[in-house]
Amino acid sequence: MTQASSRSAARFVLAATFAGALAGLTGPAFGQAGEVNVYTYREQKLIEPMLEAFTKDTGVKVNVISASSGLEQRIKTEGANSPADVLLTVDIGRLEDAVKAGISQPIKSDVLDKVVQPQYRDPEGAWYGISMRARVVYVSKERVKQDTITYEELADPKWKGKICIRSGQHMYNNALFAAYIAKHGPAKAEEWLKGLKANLAQKPSGGDRETARDVAAGKCDIGIGNTYYWALMINGGPAQKPWAEATKVILPTFKDGGTHVNISGVVLAKNAPNKANGMKLIEWLAGEKAQHMYADINYEYPVRAGIEINKTVAGYGKLNPDPMPISKIAEHKKAAADLVDKVGFDN
Amino acid sequence: MTTGGLRAARPLFGDISTMPNAAELTLKAAPAHARGVWPRDSLAIAAVLAITALVAAPLISLVVIALTGETEIWGHLARYVIPQALLDTTLLLAGVAIVTSIAGIGCAWLVTAYRFPGRDSLAWLLPLPLAIPTYIIAYVYVDLLDALGPVQQALRAVFGWRNASEYWFPDVRSLGGAILLMGFVLYPYVYLAARAMFQTQSAQLIEVARTLGASRFMLMRHVALPLARPALAVGLSLALLETLNDIGASEYLGVRTLTLSIFTTWLNRGSLPAAAQIACVMLLVVAAFIALERYGRRDRRFAAPVRRPRMVAPITLEGRTKWIATAACCLPVTLGFLLPFVYLVHEVITRGLLIGFDTDLIRHTLTTLALAAIATAIAIVLGLGAAVAARMLRRRPWVGACLTVAGLGYAVPGTVLALGLMSPLVAMDEGLNFMTRSMAGFGVGLVVAGSSAALVIAYVVRFLAIATGSAQAGLARISPHIDDVARTLGTRPFGVTRLIHLPLSRAALGGAALLVFVDCLKELPATLLLRPLNVETLSTYIYQYAARGNFEEGALAALLIVAVGILPVIYVVQLADLTPGSEQPPSSK
Repeated sequence: MTQASSRSAARFVLAATFAGALAGLTGPAFGQAGEVNVYTYREQKLIEPMLEAFTKDTGVKVNVISASSGLEQRIKTEGANSPADVLLTVDIGRLEDAVKAGISQPIKSDVLDKVVQPQYRDPEGAWYGISMRARVVYVSKERVKQDTITYEELADPKWKGKICIRSGQHMYNNALFAAYIAKHGPAKAEEWLKGLKANLAQKPSGGDRETARDVAAGKCDIGIGNTYYWALMINGGPAQKPWAEATKVILPTFKDGGTHVNISGVVLAKNAPNKANGMKLIEWLAGEKAQHMYADINYEYPVRAGIEINKTVAGYGKLNPDPMPISKIAEHKKAAADLVDKVGFDN
Repeated sequence: MTTGGLRAARPLFGDISTMPNAAELTLKAAPAHARGVWPRDSLAIAAVLAITALVAAPLISLVVIALTGETEIWGHLARYVIPQALLDTTLLLAGVAIVTSIAGIGCAWLVTAYRFPGRDSLAWLLPLPLAIPTYIIAYVYVDLLDALGPVQQALRAVFGWRNASEYWFPDVRSLGGAILLMGFVLYPYVYLAARAMFQTQSAQLIEVARTLGASRFMLMRHVALPLARPALAVGLSLALLETLNDIGASEYLGVRTLTLSIFTTWLNRGSLPAAAQIACVMLLVVAAFIALERYGRRDRRFAAPVRRPRMVAPITLEGRTKWIATAACCLPVTLGFLLPFVYLVHEVITRGLLIGFDTDLIRHTLTTLALAAIATAIAIVLGLGAAVAARMLRRRPWVGACLTVAGLGYAVPGTVLALGLMSPLVAMDEGLNFMTRSMAGFGVGLVVAGSSAALVIAYVVRFLAIATGSAQAGLARISPHIDDVARTLGTRPFGVTRLIHLPLSRAALGGAALLVFVDCLKELPATLLLRPLNVETLSTYIYQYAARGNFEEGALAALLIVAVGILPVIYVVQLADLTPGSEQPPSSK
């Protein structure tokens, strides 16, 4: 064999290996017995233990695609051939987006209707909430003496230069601001957002974790963040623990209401090839085992009553969710985004 | 005198490459290829059109999305969103352009034209920041330099400050921070392009200039740089487009770019059409800039002399100067690569990521490698094909426009490109299903859109600009005269490419392959959205931790990207060093 031909042989083997690898990568394009295809906005590592437990319980294999945006468009474009069975998402706005995109079908389940309170599900059954998180404040233990606070109060000039928050266009803040609009109307909400903006210690940036870190570092006294980030930090590695330790979580409330919560939820895809398995998964996620996992692995509030809340999260105090139907928030999502632009919140 | 002398060097090239009748001569002398029903250039025309269509398909579907929506949101956007976004974007781009140009061109020139301590290692160390994704560098530096990071902690310990409000420290989470951080990791695009050009630049010119008394700076300013312009334009535009399309780092660092406004318009303002409209406008502006740059050098020729393309002899630096050169080249490597690298290694060790090694990572690494390698191979073949075809068709003005379109995949944010690609991919599948149903009676499902083929296509469309641009820049160094001579001697067009274009543009193509490969390794947004079920790449693996505000858990995967990226970097640098004619004569000192 000449050198040239052995080299080309080596190249061929290489190419064949890659082709083989690629063939192996090709996901299942069809509905297959004993499988369910999940499109998710929840990070895979987060839901992996749950999906593994589901497979163990039911024998149904779970295939997953996780992404940060655009899954509704993907399912819509894939059309009749879409392999999607179940869409898992966070944020009420996205659940409504999925319904608006026409990619859902009603989940008719008496099991779920019994478990999930009407406030956290679609009246027509297009989506169901599965877990909850609250948008709260992390305050400096040293510098903030009060134990309660209202969302309205965050715009009080007494906090001037003392508040840290991530981008006002981030989904989590968008939902909080939309809830404020739903509660108080656009004019008052604008005034409030201006006040909040005036109280910021710095231009919005980073994530909720950085917000806690900024409070710990003394850049600000109050940080706005989700309940589970703080729990992740305090139970996390030695690097993160001090950030949480310097702060405490207060569950704020609206003046005449409760704490702003958002949900993670499920949608059954319109053309689900494995509808029965999809339903099995959805009902399993609302079951006791999964709800415990949401509470203990993800530090979320279980949507199912009677499930014990994780110790860290329970330490925040008793959650008193705002009674307003959560779908109201989705209605004001665009208005909230426009308001953030208008007051130059992120500038 | 000297400047005039240098300028006088230019007609030397002009004489060779602008010989007006070269092509016509070929036509007359070698009409053998003109036989048959097809016009002479039909294959080249078909190639250009096919490649253009590949990139145009997702762009057209983007335009379709843009046209489905009303435009009333623009009043709001124009008033509250666009001015700020435009300002931030412009400043960011300008800043990154300055940082990457200084670091990229400066280091490439130092490493090529001089000998100094560490030069040989630096030549291959300098491109390594390529392997670090922009959002990773953002996370790393915020962790290091934020108020509770090790740097400020040390400062507080030294000066006895109690907390961050007692002193001033530059905030990484700012426009300036974003410019520097992105500059640190993106300068290799400019560096690689500049080095490839400096290396293949004829020694004659430089030596003539030196003889005429040109200073070191003048040499670079008046000879090396102008000749490297096509390549620099490609390198710089890659770095800038990468900046423009970044979303993770900008959002994290609090920079409100136009790209970010596309996303908030889509996801929060609830209008995908309006988001597509912004993307299309942005695309037009980018296309205009690219076209303008091409127009600016339309009449120039950059071909090297035919004979003896000998590499310039590096001058050995002495005394303090040599250490300044070493330090200057070490700085970008340290900031863009070594520091983040050490940080990631530190995280891997302290978190015990090696002990509890996630075995899935092996599979993800192989997946990432396979996808990147296949996409790179296809992109390079198509890019070279497009460049050669464009060379053959250089008398036709529309070809340039086609190549501009073929390079636009890089100008669209990954997620937007993915959204645009979905429809054409699914349309292909529907066509296939229609065929199999009518012929065999059953459908085959989403064999393209639902498989890894979608990812390969997305990578090719996205990174074709690198391949085409580099191939064109490489070919620009070869006088068309050589092609004509080869054709006159009876070589067929493919033969010319194989015997002349390929060997002479090996360094440029190798560099392009490296860039495409590493870009594929790092690609996140399109991969997230288009990947098939159960497929994970290294970058999506990191992302799932980053999304939880815990990117350090993905440090091992980040290191794997770096490790996988380093080998081709070293290989390509060696390849470039072995380019024919670059044998280095003993130093004159």
